[in-house]
Amino acid sequence: MRKVAIYGKGGIGKSTTTQNTVAALAEMGKKVMVVGCDPKADSTRLLLGGLAQKTVLDTLREEGEEVELDLIRRTGYGGTLCTESGGPEPGVGCAGRGIITSINMLEQLGAYDADQNLDYVFYDVLGDVVCGGFAMPIRDGKAEEIYIVVSGEMMAMYAANNICKGIVKFAEAGKVRLGGLICNSRKVDRELDLIQALADKLGTQLIHFVPRDNDVQRAEINRKTVIDWNPACPQADEYRKLSKAIDGNTNFVIPKPLKIEELEALLLEHGLLN
Amino acid sequence: MTLLRHTTADVKERSGLTINPAKTCQPIGAMYAALGVRNCLPHSHGSQGCCAYHRSTLTRHYKEPVMAATSSFTEGSSVFGGQSNLLQAIENIFTIYKPDIIAVHTTCLSETIGDDIPQIIAKAKEEGKIPAGKFVIHVNTPSYVGSHVVGFSGMVKSLVDYFAVATDDKRRTINIIPGWVEPSDMREIRRLTAALGVETIIFPDTSDVLDAPQTGQRQFYPDGGTPVESLRKAGDSLSTIALGLSASGAAARALDAKCKVPCDILELPIGLRATDRFIDALRRAARVHVPEALNRERGRLVDVMSDMHQYFYNKRVALWGDPDQLVALSEFLIDLDMRPVYVVTGTPGREFEARMARVLAGKISEAKVRQGSCADMFLMHQWIKEQPVDLLIGNTYGKYIARDENIPFVRHGFPIMDRVGHSYFPTVGYQGGLRLLEKILDAVLAHKDRESSEESFELVM
Repeated sequence: MRKVAIYGKGGIGKSTTTQNTVAALAEMGKKVMVVGCDPKADSTRLLLGGLAQKTVLDTLREEGEEVELDLIRRTGYGGTLCTESGGPEPGVGCAGRGIITSINMLEQLGAYDADQNLDYVFYDVLGDVVCGGFAMPIRDGKAEEIYIVVSGEMMAMYAANNICKGIVKFAEAGKVRLGGLICNSRKVDRELDLIQALADKLGTQLIHFVPRDNDVQRAEINRKTVIDWNPACPQADEYRKLSKAIDGNTNFVIPKPLKIEELEALLLEHGLLN
Repeated sequence: MTLLRHTTADVKERSGLTINPAKTCQPIGAMYAALGVRNCLPHSHGSQGCCAYHRSTLTRHYKEPVMAATSSFTEGSSVFGGQSNLLQAIENIFTIYKPDIIAVHTTCLSETIGDDIPQIIAKAKEEGKIPAGKFVIHVNTPSYVGSHVVGFSGMVKSLVDYFAVATDDKRRTINIIPGWVEPSDMREIRRLTAALGVETIIFPDTSDVLDAPQTGQRQFYPDGGTPVESLRKAGDSLSTIALGLSASGAAARALDAKCKVPCDILELPIGLRATDRFIDALRRAARVHVPEALNRERGRLVDVMSDMHQYFYNKRVALWGDPDQLVALSEFLIDLDMRPVYVVTGTPGREFEARMARVLAGKISEAKVRQGSCADMFLMHQWIKEQPVDLLIGNTYGKYIARDENIPFVRHGFPIMDRVGHSYFPTVGYQGGLRLLEKILDAVLAHKDRESSEESFELVM
């Protein structure tokens, strides 16, 4: 079983990219579980056709600690298994602790056991690694490969670099490695060159460049992944390429995060000057 | 004036509030388990207050100094995480206190911050802060879930996870995981296995640690405790006998999964039948004969049970404490023809109700059994006010109810902070059963003497 965590700046399109990639893997016949690690609980919406999921933490609060796996895990597109850890409303409580609690609970309930015959587990994690709880998915024995969703915008690259700092800390103690950057294009000038250069500097690869296409938004309005909504459209092929690249990936590294000056220099070289 | 005068018989269903809980913090259990390992220093990864409370609770119960270190969190650690404190602590502890093992348990604060202890241990190793041949182990013990029993169980399982290995050098030994019992009980279990001629590895083992003799010399690490070498060899034993599902089940299963050492999970050997089952399990596992001396010991227990039967018969008993103790005690009480009518534990877990149902087996139709956060001393007191009992069995916290309601009270379980004896005289095995009978009779008969009218005051009982 391959255990994958997707990180990236808030709003970059992690959940959208994750679900579309997972749909493509499911289409290839892979058995995939998605664990949404975001208090907004919107990491499985496209696979389930709406926010149909009751979160682990809501279930825990209402039912007490004796929870059955079926209560917190739904089957979505292509037989994918979907869970949402959920969390407190904005401005209260501790979302990080929520992620720790719900991943522990899934383990206890045997969601990752061999008899589940999973090929992949995807953790879709909120924002950058703001506190210990958000690093839970990359603790030793959990996710072993990480992909960072990024775009050519300065702040997205800044966040990606920060996430790499977190990865280094956990990689040194365990098996977690960076598998590559996924560029979710914002149509920034020379975006491909820029992210390619960032990947080189970090010591990793640009695993796929996902072009911007409004079909993604159209599918989203229909509460579907692109592959589910219109399997023949060109964007569906992009996600198929991405999932194939992940499926065949062997390039796993401990990243070398950049100093802020290096990052700025990179932007000047590949972006703003021209 | 009664101390609990605001408690009424009117029981209201509660969903959130706990009043006078029948449990305590996870780290206390982790600390107690770690003390049962030789040359091991428990370490509390959190603020100083946690460590101070957990040490003092253990000290009040065992009347022995309990040593433990702390990461001493400050405002800064809460914001930046506890890694630098723990790294510094590991270095200091190995330099100054020189244990073989540091057993780290977490606290509510470090759990909420999300410190990843294995990652910090790996860093300490990489930075050369852990000397060769020394170990740092850990267990996660957030107290907002579970109870002290869960913390104990977790640390015992960690001993397996960190140390046990299966090699080609298989041995004739039987592992015994005694569960959360007194040092005296662990000593008694060792005496029984020796009497049967069974070679054992007992872990954890707090005898000679928390019942250490006064020699005039202070020993920072007392002589007792299971050595690391034995913990390692547990992976090569013939089989494991685990006593008490809640405290020992997880470790026994982990050992089975990791080293393929099959396990037998029994109830604690408290009382006649549970001890019979324990002795029989030992006999079968090690293929030995039960010596006549043990049969005679058993006979003495049966003798007192029948001699004094009239004083046990039909007495209603209320019990509180930890699941393993309560299940075993209830079975023994039923064998005495007593009636365990109210049973309460703050340790959550549905399986407790199933185990109790097995023991009660429909014989005590009026029995009320409760587990979890709302199963507390307040509820138990309310039940007693509704319909009284003849005897209380539980930890020190029951003394308020005993005093207010004038009910005989036998102290048993954890913590006992106002009497001594528990760490020196066992309650497991046939001898332990005899001691329990003596304590129950003392309490019941002293009460009878005190409350009898002149014309019914008896010389011979």
